Amino acid sequence: MSEPDRVPARSERLKFYQVGSFAAGNRLVDPALRTVQSDEGRTNSITSGHRACQGCGEALGARYALDAAMRAADGRIVAVNATGCLEVFSTPFPETSWRVAWLHSLFGNAPAVATGVAAALRVRGRPDIRVVAQAGDGGTVDIGFGTLSGMFERNDDVLFICYDNEAYMNTGVQRSGATPPLARTATTEAAGPEPGNRFGQGKNLPLLAIAHGIPYVATATVADLHDLEAKVRRAMVLHGARYLHVLVPCPLGWGSEPRDTIRIARLAGETGLFPVFAAEDGVVTEVTPIRQRQPVEAYLRLQGRYRHLFDAQGRARRPELIARLQAIADRNIARFGLDRARVPTETAATVPARGAS
Amino acid sequence: MLRQIEGSRAVAETVGLCRPEVVCAYPITPQTHIVEAIGVKIRRGELAPCEFINVDSEFAAMSVAIGASAAGARAYTATASQGLLFMMEAVYNAAGLGLPIVMTLANRAVGAPINIWNDHSDAMAARDAGWIQLFAETNQEAADLHPQAFRLAEALSLPVMVCMDGFILTHAVERVDLPTQAAIDAFLPPYVPRQVLDPDDPVSIGAMVGPEAFTEVRYLAHLRQVQALELIPEVAAAFAEQFGRPSGGLVRSYRTADAEVVVVAMGSVLGTIKDAIDVARQDGLRVGAMGLTTFRPFPAEAIRQALATAGRVVVLERAFSMGLGGVLATDVALALTGRDVPVATVVAGLGGRAITGGSLRGLLRSAADGSLPALSFLDLDREVVQRELDRMAGRRRSGPIAENLLRDLGSGPRRDPAGAAR
Repeated sequence: MSEPDRVPARSERLKFYQVGSFAAGNRLVDPALRTVQSDEGRTNSITSGHRACQGCGEALGARYALDAAMRAADGRIVAVNATGCLEVFSTPFPETSWRVAWLHSLFGNAPAVATGVAAALRVRGRPDIRVVAQAGDGGTVDIGFGTLSGMFERNDDVLFICYDNEAYMNTGVQRSGATPPLARTATTEAAGPEPGNRFGQGKNLPLLAIAHGIPYVATATVADLHDLEAKVRRAMVLHGARYLHVLVPCPLGWGSEPRDTIRIARLAGETGLFPVFAAEDGVVTEVTPIRQRQPVEAYLRLQGRYRHLFDAQGRARRPELIARLQAIADRNIARFGLDRARVPTETAATVPARGAS
Repeated sequence: MLRQIEGSRAVAETVGLCRPEVVCAYPITPQTHIVEAIGVKIRRGELAPCEFINVDSEFAAMSVAIGASAAGARAYTATASQGLLFMMEAVYNAAGLGLPIVMTLANRAVGAPINIWNDHSDAMAARDAGWIQLFAETNQEAADLHPQAFRLAEALSLPVMVCMDGFILTHAVERVDLPTQAAIDAFLPPYVPRQVLDPDDPVSIGAMVGPEAFTEVRYLAHLRQVQALELIPEVAAAFAEQFGRPSGGLVRSYRTADAEVVVVAMGSVLGTIKDAIDVARQDGLRVGAMGLTTFRPFPAEAIRQALATAGRVVVLERAFSMGLGGVLATDVALALTGRDVPVATVVAGLGGRAITGGSLRGLLRSAADGSLPALSFLDLDREVVQRELDRMAGRRRSGPIAENLLRDLGSGPRRDPAGAAR
């Protein structure tokens, strides 16, 4: 394909300034490309005053995602919420942080409840109202997986968002099927000869979602607002079952500083531990390349849940365990082609869409 | 219109006339024919606009109904037995949220041992869930209870469960008078929700409620159940006036005016009981029957009145609470608090065991002569029980009980379990 025909990458017209991070300040960006969050007219779908911990990645992720969805749906959203932190910290009645129509039913049924809402809206002739369901990783990969898989295979018109903080934080940091190897949780204590969560376990929900052949599957982190919003925007253009998996660090459960939430989320991507990509109709269409590859140790050292890997002087106690995690990250990088950072910037933003050559 | 029709199809036809908007289906015997038949009608466009959703579990079925109802649609599903237990968390949730979902329960035993035949242990497991629970005696009543259920549910913002005996009713082909669309439309107004998910007027539904208000929320749910005690007879009367036949209501009495012994029961067994009473009356026994159409809310006052002149009460129930005895009997005894009337429990018809006229006539005789114990099991095969008790006493690893019993029964000549207790 000749260069002028190439589909312009989402971000290639941005001019980046080095500010110690890779965030592009909104004031430097063409107004049309600015984030929903930068607009003071944003919905604030989940508004201030909620009871999330300082530095909560989930609260941030939910606001980013729902505000973007509200913008895309012209303010007509019904949100369905699974039980979990997000539900508990947002609705200590008589206060509610939700400025969208919002329903919480149970822990494991948000996908099915969302299916019911979507069906009712079809019957009532309201295709303009869109349905977004949201849950933590427990409500998504474990207790909610049956209903989620059912919603996927029926291709119900629901955008399901998983805010993944890699354990059951609301109940006191217990292991989930999304807890990574070596992470300390209350049920994978840093005790005994094999401290932390085991290797060789866990569910990769984005890949399972892709296997359902649904129209859209994407991953994102709260570290990249532009990317997250773009994925919500893309999801909202499409119909049928769509899945967005957002990594949201949890200072309480991860034993990290509230100020490091974004930093840790970025490191999750930059190490290769959390590949950021999108897939449509079962095919990966977009991979966010790692700009500055980091060793997994840089990610682990910021988190108390991995403290058992290091001694008081900060030396690795069991380097072979860290090497195993590094191998997982390396495999992700190879598998998704995350190491395109060295290819010319014109093509760095995305891998070609399906059909492009 | 009179039709010779299977009970499940009669229910499906009538539910169709109620203009459901979202119907969720998950297969479980003996409920399947109901949702299958509704599914065909939806496929053909006869119920448009209506969505038929094949879900992945009963838990999902009730959850889809919850979402649909909260978004303002008239939602319906059907289940039985394990299905009801699997969806139980959502069953409680639907009632707690005050969503007027209607569900048919094709009553079936709950395992283990797995058993597809009829009893009421499934419905009893849901008795405290906050649903209105109605029991049909006949297929005509099973059909007629559904428009009444939608009307009650939507008037009170409470879910309603219509219980009909699995196989005995669901699979019986009988004459049923099916209503017309115009008549149902006149009886059942469109659904106007008290709460709805509306982006133009956003509300949060399903918030956490702490100790400061949980009691009051529950008390209000109780008040609506108490209201239902008033409304159920009104709706039944309105139905009788419009359709010209009695269906529904709280309780119904049969030959109780001079009865010394009154048998209390729910569901299709009432037909057999009435026949047995007619025979017993020819033998000079003063016996009658009282059927509950409404189990939740519990019509204690109506029961007190219906049993005002009874000298002895026998509660025959197709379920029981292990370690206690009768479930319905416990409630009936509570309704009779302060009156010196013995209430005996007879557990009968578990897991589809036939409740025969012969056994019931024997029961009525022993009730009349005062020899009926406080708790008994109709047609219990004591010989089979004793063999297993001996086996368990004989060795530690005596093996699985259900399989042992089946082996015992299979090894000898086939015996009529009804005859075993004689």
